[in-house]
Amino acid sequence: MTTAERTEAERGTGPADDLTPLAVPAARAAGCPFDPAPGVERARREEPVTRATLWDGSTCWLVTRHEDVRAVLGDPRFSAEAARPGFPFLTAGGRVLATSKPTFIRQDDPEHARLRRMLTADFMVKKVEAMRPEVQRLADDLLDRMTAGRDAADLVAEFALPLPSLVICLLLGVPYDDHAFFQERSRLLLSLRSTPEEVRTAQDDLHHYLCGLAEAKRREPDDGIVSRLVARGELDDEEVSSMGRLLLIAGHETTANMTALSTLALLRNPAQLERLRAEPSLIKGAVEELLRYLTIVHNGLPRVATEDVTLGGRTIRAGEGVLCTLNSANRDEDVFPGGDALDVGRDARRHVAFGFGVHQCLGQPLARVELQIAVETLLRRLPGLRLDIPFEDVPFRHDMGIYGVHALPVAW
Amino acid sequence: MRVHVDQEKCCGAGSCVLSAPEVFDQREEDGIVVLLDAEPPAGLHDAVHEAVAICPAAAISVEQVERVERV
Ligand code: SF4
Repeated sequence: MTTAERTEAERGTGPADDLTPLAVPAARAAGCPFDPAPGVERARREEPVTRATLWDGSTCWLVTRHEDVRAVLGDPRFSAEAARPGFPFLTAGGRVLATSKPTFIRQDDPEHARLRRMLTADFMVKKVEAMRPEVQRLADDLLDRMTAGRDAADLVAEFALPLPSLVICLLLGVPYDDHAFFQERSRLLLSLRSTPEEVRTAQDDLHHYLCGLAEAKRREPDDGIVSRLVARGELDDEEVSSMGRLLLIAGHETTANMTALSTLALLRNPAQLERLRAEPSLIKGAVEELLRYLTIVHNGLPRVATEDVTLGGRTIRAGEGVLCTLNSANRDEDVFPGGDALDVGRDARRHVAFGFGVHQCLGQPLARVELQIAVETLLRRLPGLRLDIPFEDVPFRHDMGIYGVHALPVAW
Repeated sequence: MRVHVDQEKCCGAGSCVLSAPEVFDQREEDGIVVLLDAEPPAGLHDAVHEAVAICPAAAISVEQVERVERV
């Protein structure tokens, strides 16, 4: 009998002295860089609610199954407030970030809802669907430039990153000319290797930049999000700046990495690639499947219990930290049979790649539109697309909070 | 089937609109869910169940009206 098959009574509900903690962030295996870390996969199969050790030697709970991940993220007894004792931080830099005024992703309702609702209209399905022609035009322009007189390029630098960056800058009302500045700061904020000092400096730089921008929009309003947040008059400049920073970073890093990693995953699964080329109408479902299969938030979403909660036969005590690993939840065989395989024809809509609960990604309708256009356009326009370096040499982002590739040299 | 939405709970991520655009929409001002059809025809029931399953905020619920009436 495996551990998972034991009854709840046998497994006990104690403080889990019987569990061997898993060190997180846990590295993905070099040979299968699309799969969650082997230790996390094993945990899901054998001891789905288990213990983890963090960089500073502290421990927290690790929740790995689809059902349990949704239970935690959908339950207000698990708080997203980083200031609470017991909140699990993945890095020293992450702890530094938590000392400044939090954005709504690190707040609970009702404050979270109040702030989030100032942005929901901008990302609603109808609004972003109306942006399709504009996103398509940007994608085509980037590919025109990338392919002009050449047959090879770095897909990240020339397509995957600029596309979402252009879109989010447009939406926010941030000048795209400053993109090198935020991309560098964003990288430092998301790198697991950044020192607390680097994180603090990057955060301050972005803060000053966005405060300056807020000030400029007060004098000369436009129809971008920053301008409209300023015009509401309900937020101080610091709040406008932190919301702007959140959107800017989320807009830059997530879709960019999903685009590049999706391309690579399709190149490694030629049958799936051909199927998608042959049936372009599969694109919407294929993007959901890529989101599920790749799950770029690869280290788990942090929460802290505010009451004792029983989960998977374990008692999580008030004040104990929890990490929900989205990538293992998205490979859960109970929900996605044969989940370790990429299948563009699968119904993957129940994936939790955007998280779950009231904090679920606000920008997901936009991310979907961008990904559908990026992947479809790339496959259609570059029928000879191939990887231009050995797969073993692809620089995967094991060192970043958002997984993906640092560069993707391709030829066509 | 009778569909209920709780606008207080809704976090406006729009998954329901993608599953069943005939039944759900989002309010222009703040992206919060709006119910277009509280008693959708049988052909849409699967899509509504899907919307219930993927709504991250547990803001949608359904009642099986027929059964309630028979009891
Ligand atoms: S899926 Fe749920 S949270 Fe999202 S818009 Fe619909 S009702 Fe609101």
